Amino acid sequence: MEPFLWLLFSAGGVLSALLIPALLFLFGLAFPLGWVSPPDHAHLSAVLSHPVTRVALLGLCVLALFHWAHRFRYALYDGLQLKHLERAITLFCYGGALTGSAVAGYFLLAVP
Amino acid sequence: MKVEYTQFHPRWYRPRVPVFWWLRRRSYLLFVLRELSSVFVAWFVVFLLLLVNAVAQGPEDYRRFLDWSATPGMLLLNVVALCFILLHAVTWLFTLSPHAMVVRLRGRRLPPAVIGAGNLVAWMLASALAAFLILG
Amino acid sequence: MVDRIILRVTRYRPESDTEPMTQEHEIPLRKDWSVLDGLNHIKDHLDGTLSYRWSCRMGVCGSCGMTVNGEPKLTCATFLGDYAPGPVRVEPLSNFPVVRDLVVDIGDFMRKLPRVKPWLIRSEQEPPAVGEYPQLPAEREEYEQFSMCINCMLCYAACPVYALDQEFLGPAAIALAQRYNLDSRDQGASERMDVLSEADGIWACTFVGECSAVCPKDVDPAGAIQRYKFTAAMDSLKALLLPRGAR
Repeated sequence: MEPFLWLLFSAGGVLSALLIPALLFLFGLAFPLGWVSPPDHAHLSAVLSHPVTRVALLGLCVLALFHWAHRFRYALYDGLQLKHLERAITLFCYGGALTGSAVAGYFLLAVP
Repeated sequence: MKVEYTQFHPRWYRPRVPVFWWLRRRSYLLFVLRELSSVFVAWFVVFLLLLVNAVAQGPEDYRRFLDWSATPGMLLLNVVALCFILLHAVTWLFTLSPHAMVVRLRGRRLPPAVIGAGNLVAWMLASALAAFLILG
Repeated sequence: MVDRIILRVTRYRPESDTEPMTQEHEIPLRKDWSVLDGLNHIKDHLDGTLSYRWSCRMGVCGSCGMTVNGEPKLTCATFLGDYAPGPVRVEPLSNFPVVRDLVVDIGDFMRKLPRVKPWLIRSEQEPPAVGEYPQLPAEREEYEQFSMCINCMLCYAACPVYALDQEFLGPAAIALAQRYNLDSRDQGASERMDVLSEADGIWACTFVGECSAVCPKDVDPAGAIQRYKFTAAMDSLKALLLPRGAR
């Protein structure tokens, strides 16, 4: 199991490093602070309705969540020395990633 | 294995690892901060899904999302998140993956610095593409 | 007048002490003196009871590793002048049980080394008459970096994962396994995989990277472990996706 979880972690690490800085900078800082004027609703809606965008965003969400799950699990093991709670931590991290992926799938694919 | 001290058996001294061992060295602290960046990666997914949902609900909800993201609390959270995300991106692209990846060009292994430079180009292209799609 | 520097040396005498204590010695500060020379000066002139390990004085034998001002160092390659005006703290290597003063027990590491089978494994041994196994310079380059390890254990002293879990196979042992895996004459990669891919093998590593930072021979064990993770993950993926024959 570990090799596959590590592959998901790594893929998520690459995608997050490449894409999240720009996205978070725009929507978290630049638009709210008025440095750049935000795109209008019609444009964003058009971009989001394209299947390629949705699949790409779904991939980003799923892999980023598994990236979190893997790193956070080891951070709890080592940083807080909680290795004896291995079961609960594994369940929380990967369960969280699975649930989050399902929610992401619902939002991105089910909503028009 | 418990060994009593005799002339021929050592009695080892073995200190316990303190809970906050990562405060003792700068490099360890940086490591723990790097690992904590994953929490903000997860936060970004939540933020992104809220945005997607708001856009899907219509112009009214989208406007409300923009107003909400401009509240001081959200701004502060996202500034902190961006710092951690940048720490993740910089360490991942320029220190971790250049050492972990073996890329060959004409049978020769590329030095880590070249892989880092390639990652920088990929990062710029991906950011430009994202900005282009969003800003139109 | 000769410059002088203070050495703060950890002492631990198991027959009388329950905990280590620190002893201070003022020694001459000479431009060409390493920390090990300072310790030798103490042993020869000031306190003959001080215990520590050393042998070659030239960064090859790997026995004089200690913690100097909090950093794992080869004391023969660490110069007192770089720490002037001092004081310089000399402690035993961390993450190993202390036997006496600056001497640590290395049994755990010694038991781990043979577990990764660090020798050339051939599926079929050729008789000596056939001759040597030839290798091109480019093939040697593949593993040369990982063959520079002198087993000084500085990487274990720097590794927080090993500090927290002594079962972890550790940086040097995995790098050494990789040295043989990448050797064109070796055919034992699959035999080593069993030990390396256990939970206490490569997957326990979180890429702190300190092992590579402290390595006096630039072996880059952290890089070796991540590269091996990638190989192991790809092998698992192939095993899952491809039918048996195609692997």
